[in-house]
Amino acid sequence: MTMKDKYKKVAYYPGCALEGSGHSYNRSTKAVGKALGLDLVEVKNWNCCGAMEVKNVDPKLQTYLSSRVMSIAANEMDMDVVMAPCNGCYHNLKKAEHDLANDDDSAAVVDRLSKKAGHKTYESGQVETIHALDWIKDAIGEDGLRERVKNSLEGIKVANYYGCMYTRPRHIFPEKDQGNGSESTSKPHFMDDLLAAAGAENVDFPLKTACCGGAHTLSDSDTSTKLVLNILRAAKLSGADVIATECPTCHTGLEMHQIRAEKKYGEKVDVKILYFTQLLGMALGLKPRKVGVHENISKSMPLLKEKGLA
Amino acid sequence: MRTLADLEQAIEAVRTDDPVLAANELLAIGEEVFEHWITAKGGTPTDDSREGFRLLALHRQGTKGEPSFNACRETGRELAYYYNLITLDPGAVETTDRAAMMKMISSHLYLFISGKLQVAALGDFCCSSKPIRTADAQLQDPEGA
Repeated sequence: MTMKDKYKKVAYYPGCALEGSGHSYNRSTKAVGKALGLDLVEVKNWNCCGAMEVKNVDPKLQTYLSSRVMSIAANEMDMDVVMAPCNGCYHNLKKAEHDLANDDDSAAVVDRLSKKAGHKTYESGQVETIHALDWIKDAIGEDGLRERVKNSLEGIKVANYYGCMYTRPRHIFPEKDQGNGSESTSKPHFMDDLLAAAGAENVDFPLKTACCGGAHTLSDSDTSTKLVLNILRAAKLSGADVIATECPTCHTGLEMHQIRAEKKYGEKVDVKILYFTQLLGMALGLKPRKVGVHENISKSMPLLKEKGLA
Repeated sequence: MRTLADLEQAIEAVRTDDPVLAANELLAIGEEVFEHWITAKGGTPTDDSREGFRLLALHRQGTKGEPSFNACRETGRELAYYYNLITLDPGAVETTDRAAMMKMISSHLYLFISGKLQVAALGDFCCSSKPIRTADAQLQDPEGA
């Protein structure tokens, strides 16, 4: 079976954020999957991946929580690929996979908690965890996407913002940095590749993996606002109309601190924030509402109308 | 070594109308920001260089035993990259914009590291507000019940 075939039907793990603040990411991911003829089967009775909150208090408990999601996909749904569009979930499932393969203590804790919870223990290697970027890049590819574009993103300048958890730490992503065709941990490019195939003009954006301050957004809002303001300014200076995102925490942080920066520092940086799946969906001919543009805080409709996408 | 507050002001004060001078100032500020991190961890900042940059050697030194510090690896590398762009081709049309971008990259490095210095006991691989939350919990519940 080729990777293209393997990724046509995957277990879908939306995670908590995509049911709340990141709902438009959930909506647009599903809509893009449908438009591309890809099959998403939601993981039954999924739970939180452990996020940052659990991981910082008890990393092994986080490993268990993530392993349960993978166990359900593998043992109850007979799936061998789990797709997680949220960077935090994706990162945590990859970390759990790594810990289970390399740390006997973690494996023992996971086994004990799985038995207590009454489900099969997840064994390292039962599923492959991928991000939404891998999913579209490998199941459809740039050429396949180009063929399906109905409404080119031509004329839209995009700064692709990957955030920090998609590529760090490098050792939990053994498939990256493997040369031709693989993703890079220092200069990720999958989002750039897909949006370019849909007609967008990607700008050179040096802060594409820089911290957005997401983890500090409540405890130290001023630092988060300054970090976001800096990202927005850099995107604007690089000529971008839009920052494309692939993480609900980054996306929400950029939107909220864009407003806070205006209130607190009197600086309005006019750059729109859209999920990459929203841009791809519109390129595939979907209406903005279908990909949840109305659910974003960032008001991008005037720009989308100007560019012929709405 | 200037204080962190002075470094923040120094970044703001860098003028981009002389891009080569700005690039040298910003690179020196970047090194000083890393020096703060290393000194706070009880180390002595290295004078070595990697790939021609002391800045990159300092980042590498700061990462030892602190995987979450890798989150500013690319920011440091972008700073070095923009330094090269500006100083190796100062006559390029984009040079003033490049200096402005280098200023933003420096600012990001400063904000990230100064933020991490405020919360010293960090979680794995990402920032964590745990110490702040723990301190709050202790204040509210001194008996630890």
